[in-house]
Amino acid sequence: MADTNQTPRPETAGETRPAVEFRDISIAYGSFVAVRDFSLAIAKGSFVTLLGPSGCGKTTILRSIAGLVDISAGQISIGGKRVDDVPIYKRNIGLVFQSYALFPHKNVFDNVAFGLKYRNVPKPEIARKVAQALEMVRLPGSERKLPSQLSGGQQQRIALARAIVFEPEVLLLDEPLSALDANMREEMRVEIKKIQKATGITAIFVTHDQEEALSMSDQIVVMNAGRMEQIGSPEQVYEAPATGFVADFLGKANMLPGIVSSSDGARTTIALAAGQTVSVAAALPPGRAVTVVVRPQKLSVGAVPSGNRLTGRVVSTSYLGGNAIYEIDIGGGTTIRANTQISGPVAAEGQTVELAFDAAACVLLDEHGQRIPVLPGRQSNAKTSSASTSPRQQ
Amino acid sequence: MYNPRLAWMLVAPALLLLVFFLLLPIAVMAVYTFFTFITAGVEASTLTLANWHEFLTDGYYHGFLLKTIRVGALTAAICGVLGYFPAYFIWATTFKHKWLLLLLLIVPFWISFTIRTFSWIHILGEQGVINVTLLKLGLINAPLQMLYTEGAVIMGLLHFLLPYMILNVYVSLESIDRTLISAARSMGCTSAQAFREVTLPLSLPGLAAGLLLCFVLAAGSYVTPQLLGSGRDALFGNLIYDTIMGQLNWPMGATLSIVLFVILGFFAAIYTRYMGMSQIVKGLGG
Repeated sequence: MADTNQTPRPETAGETRPAVEFRDISIAYGSFVAVRDFSLAIAKGSFVTLLGPSGCGKTTILRSIAGLVDISAGQISIGGKRVDDVPIYKRNIGLVFQSYALFPHKNVFDNVAFGLKYRNVPKPEIARKVAQALEMVRLPGSERKLPSQLSGGQQQRIALARAIVFEPEVLLLDEPLSALDANMREEMRVEIKKIQKATGITAIFVTHDQEEALSMSDQIVVMNAGRMEQIGSPEQVYEAPATGFVADFLGKANMLPGIVSSSDGARTTIALAAGQTVSVAAALPPGRAVTVVVRPQKLSVGAVPSGNRLTGRVVSTSYLGGNAIYEIDIGGGTTIRANTQISGPVAAEGQTVELAFDAAACVLLDEHGQRIPVLPGRQSNAKTSSASTSPRQQ
Repeated sequence: MYNPRLAWMLVAPALLLLVFFLLLPIAVMAVYTFFTFITAGVEASTLTLANWHEFLTDGYYHGFLLKTIRVGALTAAICGVLGYFPAYFIWATTFKHKWLLLLLLIVPFWISFTIRTFSWIHILGEQGVINVTLLKLGLINAPLQMLYTEGAVIMGLLHFLLPYMILNVYVSLESIDRTLISAARSMGCTSAQAFREVTLPLSLPGLAAGLLLCFVLAAGSYVTPQLLGSGRDALFGNLIYDTIMGQLNWPMGATLSIVLFVILGFFAAIYTRYMGMSQIVKGLGG
């Protein structure tokens, strides 16, 4: 199973020129550097998400594509053309804001027609395209309504129609779902993805919500403190986080510090700070400090056949029907989280249980929080980026 | 727990103040318009329509009324044009201490309005700064007649009203979501086009509120024309002052007061109908 992680590149497999390319860009606000040495190439037609906590620079990067913020160093190209000096109104990009940003004094038709009007599209053509766009966002016939007469979800759909109607080179979505309530958010998630696929437009999506990122993206760029932590497909960043930050930010992984106690070349035994030992498939020198990262979903609780075993005391149990979430104290002040499917009786608080996980289900981090490459057999999942989006790829 | 009696008790002081110091005097004035004028300072409570008849038939009053509306409208319009730019500047500037600029707008209010109006005499008068400078430079041979003209009156009114206009426009600009402008620009607008499409239309309520406020205050003024205008530049307010204080003709003075009150109230009512009074309250810092 070598190299199965090549991300499929929709439609434009033969196209080599990226839709958007950043080369070593830095963006500073006064003395505060919001983005540092950021490089990324985004394939045409792909859906790329910039994911990270607030203040990580993801929105700044998005705004730099639009020309809403100036970059301090490096260069940005859209469709192979450098845009550093191109003013915002000539960049041909579609923008969807968290606050919808519909013009409150214009009706739906005039809002959607706005970009077309400034591209000198003839009137009958505008009417046709607006109708088509409204059809696409499933709000036909709403032309004469004012934004204030629409619900939040409808407003965001109009904002989407307005951003794609003039067929921009890239669609930029700045946390477009954050202002919506939970049900609406999920519906819009599917809708945005559907429209993006149907139009084949290159989309760059900014969010701090890992679920949105995992469910919508072809590629996820995980950002932290102005830098790129990892880029990869949703499975790659989830299954093989490149750093402790990524592991923790996506899915709240358990981080178990320990020291390598012995290694036989294929398997390594790690003595956890919690006082128990685990064994992993890697070759590491004894004495090295490592962190074992295990997702709560990879842990099973109760009677288990194989793999690594840990013993602990249940601190809390959340019964969720099909599965249960346990907080388990494994000693040394370490509490780990397990999210398991319920097969037998649910473990009660205070009960001592056996925990197990597959040696292949964990990731090892070195003392700097960087992932340690594992043995060749497991490498396929561990590559950080695919060819189509690797930074500074020639 | 809503207790209607307590609610009435809480608004009672304000209501009483309004009734005794606003509604009642106006009502007394309204009654006075039907009294009979006998001679200066003397009137009889015999009811008559003579005052109203005189107002409605005498072109002298109509002339003053039209002139007052014209001066008020002109002042408001100039205020709108001159006030929009500073308001826009204060809104758009990236200057860190914006509050300082807003404070500058309030500073004139710290000095008595009458004194501020008097100061124009030293600027526009025959021995004023402008005339003296021009004479010394030899650009003119005789002093220019600037004071005691309608121009001087409008100048004084502008000086007095511009901060109200700027504040009103500024407040409505401040309420515009700036991402709307980014959105317009991303769709192909230059800054000027984005201003025309988004900023200007969305700031119109503030401009309209400012226009109304300036118009009402200008049309109701009498100190400024008194100090800076000649007899010919008197406004309706001066006419009322003169009728009551000069001729001691209270019934006619009351009639003219009610006329101005109704006309200005009419403009305010139209505005409220279409714009909502809240805009003015916002502009006044409420």
